[in-house]
Amino acid sequence: MGRYIIRRTLVAIPTLIAISFVIFLILDLAPGDPTAQLPLTIPPDVRERLRESLGFNDPMLIRWLKWLQQMMINEPLNMVEQIFGITIGESGSRTRILSWASRAPVVDTIIERLPQTMWVLGLAFIFGIIIAIPVGVISAYKQYSAFDNVGTFVSMVGYSVPTFFTGLLAIVIFSVLLGWFPSFYSTTHVVDWTSWGSIWIQIKQMIMPVAVLSLFNAAALSRFTRSAVLDNLNEEYVRTARSKGLGENRVIFRHVMRNSMIPVVTLIALQIPGIFAGAIITEEIFRVNGLGQYLIRSIQGADVPAVQTLTFIFAALTVFFNLVADITYGILDPRIRYD
Amino acid sequence: MKRTKLLTLLAVLALVVAACGGGDGDDETTTTDGGGATTTTGDSTEPTEPPSGGNAGEGGDLILQQWQPATLLNPFLSGGTKELLASSLVLEPLAEYDPAGELVPALAAEIPTADNGGISEDFTSVTWTLQEGLLWSDGTPVTANDVVFTYEYCIGSSDCTQSSFFSGIASVEAVDDLTAQINFESPQPFPYNAFVTYQSPILQAAQFADCMGEAAVTCTEQNEFPIGTGPFKVDEFRTNDTAVYSFNENYRGAADGMPFFGSVTIVGGGDAEASARAVLQTDEADYGWNLQVLPDVLAPMEAEGNGVLLGAFASNVERLMVNQTDPDPELGDQRSEPGTEHPFLTDPAVYQALSLAIDRQAINDVAYGDFAGRPTCNVWPADTATAAASTNNDDCLTQDIAAANALLDEAGYEDTDGDGIRETPDGEPLFILYSTSTNNVRQLTQDIVKANWAEIGVDSELKNVDAGVFFGGDSSSPDTYQAFYADIEMYTNGSGSPDAGTYMGNWTCDQVVSPSENFGGSNIARWCREEYDAKYAELQAATDPEERKALSIELNDMTIQGGAMIPITWRASVSAFGNDIQGVGDLNGWDSEYWNIESWTRSE
Repeated sequence: MGRYIIRRTLVAIPTLIAISFVIFLILDLAPGDPTAQLPLTIPPDVRERLRESLGFNDPMLIRWLKWLQQMMINEPLNMVEQIFGITIGESGSRTRILSWASRAPVVDTIIERLPQTMWVLGLAFIFGIIIAIPVGVISAYKQYSAFDNVGTFVSMVGYSVPTFFTGLLAIVIFSVLLGWFPSFYSTTHVVDWTSWGSIWIQIKQMIMPVAVLSLFNAAALSRFTRSAVLDNLNEEYVRTARSKGLGENRVIFRHVMRNSMIPVVTLIALQIPGIFAGAIITEEIFRVNGLGQYLIRSIQGADVPAVQTLTFIFAALTVFFNLVADITYGILDPRIRYD
Repeated sequence: MKRTKLLTLLAVLALVVAACGGGDGDDETTTTDGGGATTTTGDSTEPTEPPSGGNAGEGGDLILQQWQPATLLNPFLSGGTKELLASSLVLEPLAEYDPAGELVPALAAEIPTADNGGISEDFTSVTWTLQEGLLWSDGTPVTANDVVFTYEYCIGSSDCTQSSFFSGIASVEAVDDLTAQINFESPQPFPYNAFVTYQSPILQAAQFADCMGEAAVTCTEQNEFPIGTGPFKVDEFRTNDTAVYSFNENYRGAADGMPFFGSVTIVGGGDAEASARAVLQTDEADYGWNLQVLPDVLAPMEAEGNGVLLGAFASNVERLMVNQTDPDPELGDQRSEPGTEHPFLTDPAVYQALSLAIDRQAINDVAYGDFAGRPTCNVWPADTATAAASTNNDDCLTQDIAAANALLDEAGYEDTDGDGIRETPDGEPLFILYSTSTNNVRQLTQDIVKANWAEIGVDSELKNVDAGVFFGGDSSSPDTYQAFYADIEMYTNGSGSPDAGTYMGNWTCDQVVSPSENFGGSNIARWCREEYDAKYAELQAATDPEERKALSIELNDMTIQGGAMIPITWRASVSAFGNDIQGVGDLNGWDSEYWNIESWTRSE
């Protein structure tokens, strides 16, 4: 297993470099101009000068190599310095990846936005799992019962109805008509863990986006769990366990669940990178200014460094969690051996 | 064994998620209490006692909604109105425009004119005098050196987006601590360009000292936390998200109890509808900016009675640009080049008929609503101190299909083959490729105009291009508005100033856009008339306000009657205010909408 991990990690490096090249190529070919959002009162010669100074007109290879150096070497060094409080080499003259729109370092903005994305989307993901797995298991165990039918119906609705609809519906009902929850998420609210009032404010502003997203996540996952458990319930070993005299609980939780969780855990691991990309639409509707919203605004404003850095980070996370999923699969299922 | 490994994995995941979520404890929002405490922000060399008396800053929090949030707070590195607005709470210019378009002093003691000696006799220099006792928010005094520094900062950096405000300036010098003199390269009868409006405020020389030239874009600290003279100072800034300000004790109006509010939060994100909802329905915000929402959605929100909508009519006109050149793809390289001539759009009968056929009132009702738009026939629609709106073209306000048909009949555009579309005498059908950016309101307008034109026998194809591409300057893209590979295109433009002097230069011959010169220039329609250039030169030399008004009317009429464009709607910027916000007055379309925020109060 150790050799397998090392081999996969080594393969990941050229994969990531190739991914970054493809991202650059696509963005270079795409139309778009960072000065497009400036008002028309700014004369064209000023815009041309701005484009020059942003490096927009430089050839793609040069920009890609510069970005590689900044992303692979400068930014990690900068992060190490910040975490450990040390200085490595000439940190003052190291160029960082600057956003064209805000002129601030892209990585700083990403870190600034990580809390709200993790709060809302991470929690939605966890709640989705907490709801989906029991529902899936029970649905499979009591197949075709009332619980199963209701569960199937709710899953289908939750999966088919787009989040921008359920989100808007939630806002109209709970914010406008009832006035219970705020319709936008305040990123400057600092949770004071000793104050119940402060925690309650954070909960209030998170309930709607988390609920909407958990419904969506749970829908897909519960269907998958249900079919995985169904597959296992009809296996020979379940009949053997029962005929050995084991109680139903032990049969389900000790034997069936363990086997069913193998594909489910793999699926969960593969969905984790999706948290970071953020549920873009939900973030826009609920005004949770996280990574998804940052990506969308950067694309609309042709802020190429931000888009490149963000998509590269998502790609790296996907590669990493692919590896995690494969390893988890190997750990859970002793029949799988990679060497 | 495997189960414990699985559980450990899941537990680690959960811990990671929880740890990342709870870690934003470093960002504190500070609130100040009343006017008694001294605070220092940044480097203060000589903190002075804040003015005593008055109860400035005790009004609590004000929440402003900008659905397009600011990306940084330095107006010189970004020209977007969202950035200019957010920085105008902190940075102030020497003079600003009020809602009526009149110049009022901000940091200056008075407006320099020829009468008070502020403008030299030969119009080659203007002298600004600062008010006495002005302080930056860190307590240091404002001097003329800061004015000189701001000029050098913008000129010295290729990233300065407002360099056109400093064009034509030979030098800026500090005559003494409170007096700055601007010397022009040639006589400027209307010298109120540099350091006027929220587009060119004064920066603190001490703070930005290390940010000259190429370093300007790397000074993130200065760009996000500028020190200014305005009623508020920046406490917290998250790009494209939120900005939090607290009141500035060193503000010159503090002794009079201004500003009322102790803190301001500018919240960004979402879209215009969500902003309108937050102000007019859920009462989560006190003010919402730039509400580009269809009237049948916005009007019911206002009718609920929680807030009011205000519209600021400045000079923005949604207009159809009429291509004077030939965009026929068969011309290859010569497409839309000056030198080619459009087969029929240069004929007065055609463009007048096209204009008469448009039902501007219907467009206004469906797409804008009375608070957001008025039908117009002028490219300069507003009456200000030095410019006036012409009334000579107002026949176009009433749709007249019969007259339009008559014009085309008389000019010889008959429908010879019976397909309902007229042809030119040479047999070319009157087919118009009508292009604009992708936008709900614009597509509604296009539909109405297409139907109107069908009634006079003109066929059109509607095209829309993503706004980022349409307004971008990509010279390799055929879809930009500068390329104008269409017969008619529609967008909005307006003047940055209530004076028409700079704006009317958009139609002079030397500004004609040419694809072979990479589309530089602002004369998108490629319209050129010698008489217009001569008249424009007169405007540039005119010093009397009445003369400037008359000339602006004449220039406007020349472009409309000469067929450079067909105006449709005079557009307002619409903002919503909660009912309890007082002291706003009229919405300012010529300068920052927050221009008088120090006078805003909240009623009980």
